[in-house]
Formats: sequence, C-alpha cells, structure tokens
Amino acid sequence: MSHDATRALPADLAAAPDLPDILPPVRERHGLAGFVWHHPTMAIGMAMLGVMLFIAVFAPLLGTVDPTALAPIKRNREPGAEFWFGSDAFGRDIYSRVLYGARVSLLVGFAVAFLASLIGLFIGLVSGYIRTLDNIIMRVMDGLMSIPGILLAVALMALTRASVENVIMAITIPQIPQVSRLVRGVVLSLREQPYVDAAIAAGTSTPRIILRHILPNTVAPLTVQATFICGSAIIVESILSFIGAGTPPIIPSWGNIMADGRTLWQVKPYIIFFPAIFLSLTVLAVNLLGDGLRDALDPRMAKRL
Amino acid sequence: MLGYIFRRVLATIPVMAFVALFVFSLLYIAPGDPAAVIAGEQASPEDVEKIRRNLGLDRPFLVRFTEWSGQIIRGDLGISMFTGLPVTELIRQRIEPTLSLMIVTLILAIVVAVPIGVLAAWKSGSWIDRAVMTFAVIGFSVPVFVVGYLLAYVFALQLDWLPVQGYTPFAKGLWPWLENLILPAIALGFVYIALIARITRSTMLEVLSQDYIRTARAKGLGERGVLFLHALKNAAVPIVTVIGIGVALLIGGAVVTESVFAIPGLGRLTIDAIVRRDYPLIQGIVLMFSFIYVLVNLVIDLLYTVLDPRIRY
Repeated sequence: MSHDATRALPADLAAAPDLPDILPPVRERHGLAGFVWHHPTMAIGMAMLGVMLFIAVFAPLLGTVDPTALAPIKRNREPGAEFWFGSDAFGRDIYSRVLYGARVSLLVGFAVAFLASLIGLFIGLVSGYIRTLDNIIMRVMDGLMSIPGILLAVALMALTRASVENVIMAITIPQIPQVSRLVRGVVLSLREQPYVDAAIAAGTSTPRIILRHILPNTVAPLTVQATFICGSAIIVESILSFIGAGTPPIIPSWGNIMADGRTLWQVKPYIIFFPAIFLSLTVLAVNLLGDGLRDALDPRMAKRL
Repeated sequence: MLGYIFRRVLATIPVMAFVALFVFSLLYIAPGDPAAVIAGEQASPEDVEKIRRNLGLDRPFLVRFTEWSGQIIRGDLGISMFTGLPVTELIRQRIEPTLSLMIVTLILAIVVAVPIGVLAAWKSGSWIDRAVMTFAVIGFSVPVFVVGYLLAYVFALQLDWLPVQGYTPFAKGLWPWLENLILPAIALGFVYIALIARITRSTMLEVLSQDYIRTARAKGLGERGVLFLHALKNAAVPIVTVIGIGVALLIGGAVVTESVFAIPGLGRLTIDAIVRRDYPLIQGIVLMFSFIYVLVNLVIDLLYTVLDPRIRY
C-alpha cells in the first residue's frame, strides 16, 4: 500500500514547496486489471476470441435450431422474431448457421496453426542444425513459397474429397515454408552462441542440445507466428468455401453461408452480412492477440512493426 | 551489373523447376485416388480408368514427368478435360480482365500505401499514426470478399456511383474500363495496402532515427526533402520486397474478387474448373500464376541494384 504511506506523511512535509524530483509512487497493477492495463491489445483479442469460442462450443444452447434443417415455405425471410438473422434460399435459419459456423472456422484455424508450427518446427530444426540438408531443404521451401498459397490449396482440394480434414491439410501445406524459415533463422543464430559452444564442449549430445538449448528459444517467435497463421487460415478456409473448393457445402461454415447468399446478395444482403461480421471479428480477435503477444514476447519487434 | 542480372535470372530456373515438380507431384502425393475424386461420385469404373489414363497416372512418375516438363518448356500446358481446348488458349482468352485488375490494384496500393506509411512514421505517435496502424490491423482481418460486398453495397447499390459488377475491355476506352475496376481494385488492394503501409512505416521509423537524417535536417533541408529524398530512398528495399511478396495475396485474392464482381477473368475460369473438376486446367492456372509470381520477384531482385547502389553481388 505504498500510496497510502505517501498520504500519511506529516502535514508540514506534505505542505513543503513542490519537489519536482520526487515522483508520485508508481501504482502497481496486479491480477486481471494489471494484465489488461499492460497488454490492452492482447486482452481485447483474448476477450473477443473467448466469446467466439463460447459461441462455438455452446452453439446448440444459444437458441439455435438445426442449421441444416430445410423449410422451403419459410425461405428468404428478412431478419425478425422467428429468424433473428433471416433465412436463406432453402429456409435455413441463418442465425443457427452462423453460430455453428464458428466451429468450423475455429477448428480449422487452430488445427492449421498447430500442424503448420509442428511440421515447420521439425523441418526448421533439421535444416538449421544439419548443414548438409540445409541447402536442399531451403530450395524446396523456396519452390513451395513461389506457389501462391490459395492456389496451392485449390489444387490440393481439387484432387481430394471435400472434407474438413482435407481443408486443414490443404491450408497447412502452404504455411509450412514460412515457419521452417523462421525456426531455421533462430537455430542458425543460436548455434553461434557461446553457451551452445560450451554445451558442445561439455560433450552434450546433439538431440539434447536441440531439446534443451535450441527448442526453448523458438517458442516465443513460434507462438506469435502460429497466432497469425491461425488468423490467415480462418480467412483462407472462408475463401476456399466461398469459391466452392473448401468445406463440404452441407456443413455450415461462414464461407459456405456467404456462397449460398451470393446469387441473392443484391436483394438479401443480410445473408452475406452476418457471417461476414462474425468472420471479420474472429480474425480481428486472433490478429489482436498476435500483435499483443508479439509486443509482450519480443519488445524489439514491437518497436519495429 | 550484367553479371548480377545474369546470375539472378539463372537462379530462377531451379526455383521454377521445383515449382513445376511440386505442382506435378500433387497428383501423386494427394491422399486417396485423384482419378476417382475427379470422376465424381456417380462415375463408372470405366470413366475412372479413362481419367486415370488422361492424367497419365497409369504410367510411371518419372516417364510422365519428363514428358510433361518437355511440354511445359515448349509452352504447352495440356488440354482442358471439360472443354477439350488447350489450357493456354483458355488462359489467353481470360487473362486481360485479371491482369487489368491486378495492375490497377498494384498501382492503387502503392500510391495509397507508401504515402500513408511515410506520414505515419513522420508523425509517429500522433493520431495519424494510430489511424494508419488501426487501418493496418483491420486490413489484415477483413477478408477480401467482405470488403468487396461492402463496397459494392454502399457505392454501387446505395449511392449508385459506380457499376455493381462486370468488366469492359480496355479496347472500349479508358474510363469504361477503369470504372468497372475501381471497386474491385479497392477491395483486392485492402489487405495489400495494409501490408505495404505497415512495412513502409516501420522501415521509415528506422531510417528516420539515423544520423544522416539529423545531418540533413541540420543543414537546413526541408522536411519534404528529408522524407522523400533521404529517408524513403533508403527505406526502398524492404518496401519493394514486401510489394513483391504481396503479389501472392493479389493472385489469391483476384480469384475471389472476380467472383464478387462478376469479372470474366482467370478467377472465374478457376472457379469453373473447380466446379467441373477440370484438373489439367487448374494445374495450368496454378503453374502460370506461380511463374508470374517468380518473375515479379525476379524483377524486384533486379530493381535492388537500381534502388540501392550498395547492392553488388
């Protein structure tokens, strides 16, 4: 309670002429309030993402009906008491579809972020530590990076059956080169560090050096990168679904709902409007979280970007 | 100089070879049986066999790859399965709207993003800076088709300032051509502008803290001279690099933008190819765009020597 102590100073001292070099004590903030105060972007991002996660998990309990139930008599209704977000050309409830859509987007986002980080981490470690493989791996990654990500995903989806698993795979592959480059960069700079030399001199085995001395240092940059991958994966999934190369049309995903609304959008813009808002807010939440994480984990990066 | 150009051009050959190898291998590494997937649910075993032969999946990988690479080098991207026409012919028919859209977007993005990035760095910490950074975060978060529909709804449907959709060939005049491209270009350029503005701001911030900027100010150079002659020139290399990398965003985004604004370009062709499961066509489009992307980045590599005379390899 340092600020209480200041107030309790003797009256004559408190009334003394201004002493500009004595600053008021810094108010320390602890707990949740402290976290929000020090990392506002991360807190906003986490809160928004938390709401979306809640919606995804508890979609059946939030006043929804079966998102795939057809009701031809009630098609194309405006938003109102029965259909909060209106109904589409098949009479399906857009509110329910949008809420269930959160499941697909978040699942794809998290799965791609996790898989791309894991595979990229492995390739990056191998490439950074085994010099003989480095050149060939990096050339392959350059080649992979030269294929625009969405087109590569489209090509992969054209060759596989439409399913959420295949969408995850098709979005993950184009993300791998960036992660492996990032990890490789970290490894290359770390292996020049004196403490790694010391570990080698002490006779530590290579796997142990990687595990104990290299791997922990990749965690911070990798977490930040994974967050941004999650955001971009959610966008790519919606794009793939929108152009008909993504999640099977029967599953309500935000891209699919928007694709359904495409033909009628000039008269029924709300079919596209509602999933668009949810999609944008989710990606915004993930990106804010990523920005906040980057600022917190790497202050030097924060100043530069 | 010539040696550098020659080496750079030469260095793109292995990259292009890897791209071709990778695009070709997709048929073999895709899980499941691609021939059965392409044939569809109701296909008879004979149909699947026909498609397998058509794709060359009945012959060994290396034989087929050598044959295919030979075709690619001669500029033959194969035959579309649905239309029976050469893929190059189909691409040629549809390339004008897509290239127009991409070029207009590229120009728009650079013209908008670089000045706002410079301004944000110059007035770092001010409300302008915060506004630009907020825009950058939003730009990364709102997908291209959301921006597209929003723009079309407000500026075409409600205000009726610009056409809702469609495309007019360049041959019919500059304004009719441009009129149809303004909204799609803003939509497609949104994330690209955010990307370029952000990198411009961060590089400019770094350059502006250098000693020679203080010297330039000390010798009485005006702010405009400091910003554009000294600072921006030295910040050019990272900015131009990101402009090149971002072309991948333009390519992917063009497919979606064309769908929103009903532009009959390569995006439309891609979507039709997806619906008809016309794999040779998809493969040809992916390969062509990847080569364009590699070439754009080659041009940017070569620009480095012009932008920064210190670069000599």
